[in-house]
Amino acid sequence: MVPGCSAARDHTFLLLVDQFIQTIVDSVTLGSVYALIALGYSMVYGILKLLPFAHGDVFMVGSFIGLGVLKAFGGAANPTISIWLVLVLMALAAMAGCAVLGVAVERFAYRPLRNAPRIAPLISALGTSFFIAYSMQLLFGANHRTYDTFTMAGGKLFLSGITWGPLHVSLVRIIVVVVAVVMMVVLWLLVSRTRMGKAMRATSFDREAAMMMGVDVDKVIVFTFVLGSALAGIGGVLFSLRTDVYSQMGFLAGLSGFTAAVIGGIGSVPGAMLGGYLLGLVETVTQTYISTGWSNLFIFSILVAFMLIRPSGILGKAEIKKV
Amino acid sequence: MTATPTPAGPAGAGAASPTPLLRLDNVDTFYGPIHILQGVTLEVMPGELVSLLGGNASGKSTTLKTALGLVRPRTGTVSIAGEDVTTRTTSYRIAKGLAIVPENRRLFAPMTVLENLEMGAYLHGSPTKEDFERVYTLFPRVYERRSQLAGTLSGGEQQMVAVGRALMCRPRLLLMDEPSMGLAPILVEKSFEIIQQVHEAGVAMLIVEQNANMALSIADRGYVLSTGRIVLQGTAAMLLADDDLKKAYLGR
Ligand SMILES: Nc1ncnc2c1ncn2[C@@H]1O[C@H](COP(=O)(O)OP(=O)(O)OP(=O)(O)O)[C@@H](O)[C@H]1O
Ligand SMILES: [Mg+2]
Repeated sequence: MVPGCSAARDHTFLLLVDQFIQTIVDSVTLGSVYALIALGYSMVYGILKLLPFAHGDVFMVGSFIGLGVLKAFGGAANPTISIWLVLVLMALAAMAGCAVLGVAVERFAYRPLRNAPRIAPLISALGTSFFIAYSMQLLFGANHRTYDTFTMAGGKLFLSGITWGPLHVSLVRIIVVVVAVVMMVVLWLLVSRTRMGKAMRATSFDREAAMMMGVDVDKVIVFTFVLGSALAGIGGVLFSLRTDVYSQMGFLAGLSGFTAAVIGGIGSVPGAMLGGYLLGLVETVTQTYISTGWSNLFIFSILVAFMLIRPSGILGKAEIKKV
Repeated sequence: MTATPTPAGPAGAGAASPTPLLRLDNVDTFYGPIHILQGVTLEVMPGELVSLLGGNASGKSTTLKTALGLVRPRTGTVSIAGEDVTTRTTSYRIAKGLAIVPENRRLFAPMTVLENLEMGAYLHGSPTKEDFERVYTLFPRVYERRSQLAGTLSGGEQQMVAVGRALMCRPRLLLMDEPSMGLAPILVEKSFEIIQQVHEAGVAMLIVEQNANMALSIADRGYVLSTGRIVLQGTAAMLLADDDLKKAYLGR
């Protein structure tokens, strides 16, 4: 009697542990995408002190570009070339397309207002966000589409992966996390090691001092938008491997990325990464243990709480001191 | 290189009327509607050390910013080595041989000392070993602190990094905005020694200083600004002997 009872209890316990580990895996997957979006928000804010509200829509366009490439090669089930190659092309095309879009947004929506009062570029950013979202809706309709990841390579992306007891981490999750982490490492190297990356950090700390060193600030800003938008683009493709593609998806994604950036400390690159994963954790934990409907409420309560209590975020400097 | 033993002054720099390294010609600079510089004309010859004096808010920093292109004059011209650069960008002017040690140093606090020096050499692409050696020889302390974050340095160390950073781009003309500000008296003397050392290596300088006595003691010539106008100019010796200037600055 006693051993049986304990076995049942053990079983329940194991299920709970399993559920918990699964939640963590989910949160890392989601967090990776949030981190990619948050990085663009944070870097642009660092340089321009502007919240690029159209960033979520750049992410959405990335997701659509991925869909376009997938369709161009015959779709998920019967691609004309290897599906793995198609996935790589989807990612590259989304990065390139979004980089171009991001630079265009900067050039036409933000740059003309660079010396205007700060509210002006903010309104312009909001307007651009609506412009992109509704242009896409006009072109492609409001319906949800999907990459049909289930049918890629005979379902391999979901069926294979790492299985460990009752725990299963699907290949698609592994791809999302690994690709996102590789992107972040590359970004980190670009920002910390290259001449342009250093110019970017210098400009975001003190623009005039950077100019005094001969830095062409316009170039740095374009570079920032290329990096941030490319990350959003690949983030869009990774995100849509597991969810839908639709023209209004940028709003929530952008707001989540913004929240992640604020949590981590807006303007800080490691902060954006940290914030992305924390937000992914909060969202999946509330979804698993409280309710799916509550997770957005939770997220935005956290955003408001950080804004009120610690606007500089976890890794941000309380007050950026100039030497 | 231009350490000619001839008496101070532009006449010493060459036979046929030499081209000034920097020339502001009748410059009027505004901040929005506020008229700051009014008809400022000023020259620095190659290898010369010129000091720019004046009270607070007289427009000294604005003059340096106008020379560097951080602000554009509404009228008048700025030229470097005879070339009109009035509409050129700051990075163009730096590529032509200008560099600045800005007011309040303006180091990149979250970056290391080494990265700050690299930023000084930004336009060269990658700085050479000799670039670093030159700075480290002048300031052994900077070498010791090279991997420290610039924001955590002491004021004196920050000043060394600010000068070192400016030298990293191998300037022909160094603009210095109050290089001795905030330094203890002993460090002020030391910093003037270093300025002289750099100057003797052939770098021309335009130095803004509150300490007029000290500045004129090492300068070839000087200008005095007052509410945006040049009210006095001449050789350092002349200015040191000037009664008005004595009353205004030196006698304090
Ligand atoms: N960015 C700016 N916008 C508006 N006014 C400015 C700006 N920068 C400087 N000024 C004004 O221009 C005038 C001259 O300033 P400037 O910094 O050139 O003086 P300065 O001679 O360097 O003074 P100090 O010895 O105190 O450094 C001051 O009245 C200052 O308030
Ligand atoms: Mg000043």
